[in-house]
Amino acid sequence: MTTPSSESIPTLRSRIPLWVQIIIWVALFSLLTVLAASLFRVQIPMIEIGQEVPEFTVPLYEGYGYDGSAELVFSSLRGKVVLINFWASWCVPCEDEASLMEESWRFYQPSGEVVFIGIDYVDTPANGMEYLDRFAISYPNGPDLQGRISPIFNRDMGVPETFVVDRQGVLRAIKIGPFTSVEEIQVILDPLLVEK
Amino acid sequence: MKNGRIKFILGAVSILLLLLNLIPRTQVSAQTPVPPSDDEVNAIASELFCPICENIPLDVCPTEACRDWRELIRQMLAEGKSEEEIDLFFVENYGARVLGTPPARGIIWFAYILPPVAFVIGVVLLFKAIRPREETAAKQGAAIQQGPLPPGKADLSAVSDQEYRVRLETELKKRAEDN
Repeated sequence: MTTPSSESIPTLRSRIPLWVQIIIWVALFSLLTVLAASLFRVQIPMIEIGQEVPEFTVPLYEGYGYDGSAELVFSSLRGKVVLINFWASWCVPCEDEASLMEESWRFYQPSGEVVFIGIDYVDTPANGMEYLDRFAISYPNGPDLQGRISPIFNRDMGVPETFVVDRQGVLRAIKIGPFTSVEEIQVILDPLLVEK
Repeated sequence: MKNGRIKFILGAVSILLLLLNLIPRTQVSAQTPVPPSDDEVNAIASELFCPICENIPLDVCPTEACRDWRELIRQMLAEGKSEEEIDLFFVENYGARVLGTPPARGIIWFAYILPPVAFVIGVVLLFKAIRPREETAAKQGAAIQQGPLPPGKADLSAVSDQEYRVRLETELKKRAEDN
């Protein structure tokens, strides 16, 4: 019986030129890299109560600046209790709490120990400004440009949502939906003000 | 002489009327610019996605917020903004995710380059896989015409896969027994 030599056995791999094999491996590697990067991005955990809030900067609307600055750097508020309220002009429930927020801000503002930040979530600047004007809101407010801030707190943000941060920059309370009274806000803020 | 004068007067009146006709049109077009039509607005809106209700193009999105964004597009068009400028505004405010056709940069670049590369590789592989079979078939035809091969030479082209596998397994078993 004659035996076929190994050279005469044609395999698909031996028929593919080296440069094609290299391209295939590079393409596969690239595809896996893209998938891994996407998965990694999706799996970045949202901040939870008890965790330190990462750094972010809010570009503020004209007339709604903080300490004369047109933007607010979160780390500059260390030592103060911070209330971060996400809202939008198209959001009807936001209107329910808008005046409560402003009333609370006016209550805490003189002490200088609490800072309110309003973040206009996915809105048009004109509508956002009109909303602020309509509810006579005076605390710092700015847009969530390119949706960079909201995913830190909630990837599936639904306005209104409010996040309260203590003097050490740690997230201490989350309120999904509108506040219904000034007292509800005070119940969250007052204990944090006692802490040093 | 009289005809010439009449022609001159008629010509002068015609030119005057023509000029008078032009002046008001210029003034009207400067005072009341034509607002962008719904079609013009939707042509741009269809290339953008609603930033809050994902996967819904802005031109068909029924929410109040989307209506506001369409009005914003109309306003920007009326201000003379180009489609690129409007797209840029939306990207700066709501991120690149609102674009129907994401820009080919960063990781998104792979989404553009991988499909054509995979297609080319597929075509090359297909070509490489088909060509040897054609060559085998040609050899097989030639072998039939030439007659039997000299002793000691295996005519693989004429051997089916099944026969080849059986022969290979038999040979391997024999070698294993010898060892």
